[in-house]
Amino acid sequence: MHLFWSFSLFIIMVFVIGLYCIFVSYNLIRILIGVEVLIKAATLLIIVAGYITGREALAQSMVITLIVIEVVVVTVAVGVMLGIRSINNSLDARRIKSLKG
Amino acid sequence: MSIFDGITLFSLVAAALWTVMTRSLLRSAIGLALTSAILTVIMFRLNSPLAAVFELSVCSGLISVLFVSVISLTHPLTIQEVIQHMKERMARFWVLPFLVIAIGITLILFNIKPEIRLPAPETVKDVRVVMWNLRQVDVMGQIIILLTGAFGVVVLFKERIKK
Repeated sequence: MHLFWSFSLFIIMVFVIGLYCIFVSYNLIRILIGVEVLIKAATLLIIVAGYITGREALAQSMVITLIVIEVVVVTVAVGVMLGIRSINNSLDARRIKSLKG
Repeated sequence: MSIFDGITLFSLVAAALWTVMTRSLLRSAIGLALTSAILTVIMFRLNSPLAAVFELSVCSGLISVLFVSVISLTHPLTIQEVIQHMKERMARFWVLPFLVIAIGITLILFNIKPEIRLPAPETVKDVRVVMWNLRQVDVMGQIIILLTGAFGVVVLFKERIKK
């Protein structure tokens, strides 16, 4: 089996796991964990693509950029979650429907 | 692909599955760190050591700490809520392992052999040269994003203190 396809099998599986978690969960922390799992799949895809095309250096610089963005997204999302919790006293996504705006 | 690669990839999927399916949020955070650690091993195997170190230190370390911090700030459920929550979770998540296995088997049966057109070989092999000389705009973007995140957190917590 082709190397890229072999890795893609597992990347697609991890991607589906993250996507399912986002769609099915109501807890905001768990939804963020689902997003993280999705990002792991994307990271692995970039690394595998870099390895196969012989452009590891470019792939690594891309992944480092991705990791920086990931950290900022998680940090801001955690701040937003704490804000929502202080207002609703809950992290249930169904209760955010009552927000104005 | 060697047997070791296959084992690590299976471990990655298993860790991701456990992260998503486990009931406790704390275990989910630990599972995410484990997923990152396994991803690090795969990155090392695929000749990307610098990105692997970043993944291990930042994703497996810093982000796990962030998750554990925010989980510690939430209040625990009562026993009755936990029982109710477990039933709801089982009803929602029991499909996932079968779905993942079904997708895996379907993709193996398809056995697609993609024809990848390889680009011209890379002239610069050093990631530091690529990062600082060829991808300067990316570095600028990273600095701006980091500052945006820092200011965002400051503003969010400022709002909370006012209320």
